Amino acid sequence: MLELKDVAVARSERILFDGLSLSLGPGDLATVVGPNGAGKTSLLRVVAGLSRAHAGQLHWRGRAIDEGDPVYGRERLYLGHQPGLKADLSVTENLRFLLQLQGAGFDASTLAACLAPLGLAGAEQRPVRALSAGQRRRVALARMRLSGCLLWLLDEPLTNLDIDGQALVAGWLDEHLAAGGLAMVASHAPLGARHAGRRLQVELGG
Amino acid sequence: MSGAWTAAAALARRDLRAALRRWGELALPLCFFVIVLTLFPLGLAPERDTLAAIGPGVLWVAALLASLLALETLFRGDMDDGSMEQLVLSPQPLALLALVKALIHWLLSGLPLVLLTPLVAQAFYLPTDALWVLALALLLATPTLSLIGAVAAALTASLRRGAGVLGILVLPLAVPLLVFGARATDLAIQGQSAAGPLYLLAALFALAVTLAPLAIAAALRISVD
Repeated sequence: MLELKDVAVARSERILFDGLSLSLGPGDLATVVGPNGAGKTSLLRVVAGLSRAHAGQLHWRGRAIDEGDPVYGRERLYLGHQPGLKADLSVTENLRFLLQLQGAGFDASTLAACLAPLGLAGAEQRPVRALSAGQRRRVALARMRLSGCLLWLLDEPLTNLDIDGQALVAGWLDEHLAAGGLAMVASHAPLGARHAGRRLQVELGG
Repeated sequence: MSGAWTAAAALARRDLRAALRRWGELALPLCFFVIVLTLFPLGLAPERDTLAAIGPGVLWVAALLASLLALETLFRGDMDDGSMEQLVLSPQPLALLALVKALIHWLLSGLPLVLLTPLVAQAFYLPTDALWVLALALLLATPTLSLIGAVAAALTASLRRGAGVLGILVLPLAVPLLVFGARATDLAIQGQSAAGPLYLLAALFALAVTLAPLAIAAALRISVD
């Protein structure tokens, strides 16, 4: 479903890597590994559609991904270094906005069920300003879970998370892949997901 | 398409809420506007003829500068917390989201300026009839300024110190607004019809509201890259 053909990624006119080809189908997980500066984040940003590839093509469902592609926009979720939360708004307000922006439905009871295992039950009305970095990351993970997106692009999803949080991400990733979802994850730490599908490793640099 | 309107409404609600919870930042350009205007009667001779003569020009220049002050924060917050990435990645037309952001920005910074102007204009002995024309001209010019300014703010959003560049980009483009706006006010003070410059201001607004969102969207894509 997601195909990369001979993709080259450049940062500030410097080519980080080229000739990367990759094909992901339902249930597949691609982990992107490599030392700092190898281009893990740049690759994920290119796949997400935030940056342009220096060369090569990207296809989703057999069609080239256009700038601002509505189909791809609806089905792809990108979780970067910044969680994209407004500090002055509450957890619920932030999540409602991000889900509506993506064209996903918003339902208060589903939200509560999702926040409980994250340890955020009762924090729905609290402003994001009052949350710790780990808790903010957890709010971003709630969005990932509720988005209903088919393709998850996660850049260092375990940052700032404690052991429980990391296990929760692994569990959700497993569920997502088992349900036929796709994921591309850049992570320094092992993910610990046990899923059944194909597991690819993209090694950059070195 | 209904998803796009839901998203646009959600964005409008979010921006309004976030801004009203930081109302101090909203008041800043307004205070600047009032202070600059009170400096003129103090700095120049506070004579009726002098002040009435320079009044329209001074009001318009002060309004332009105050709007400029508010523009810098338009995309800054979204760039810093990563929500700009999510706006760009959303399946909704980015030009629509850009238009919503610019109009909410006008509602919170331009409209208060328009409402404040009849009060501060008293310091310049503006006749009451001219006040209405001045308010109407500002009502037409400030949204145009917000839209033009948003293009420049989007281009400079990734710069750490974008404020100076922003002024250099926006002020030359605001010259037509200043010329027609001050002219309309002048004509009204002389008791003549100000319809001509007002129509031109309306035309500029129509141009900006149709073209600026596309330019803002393109500039935002460059800025997040």
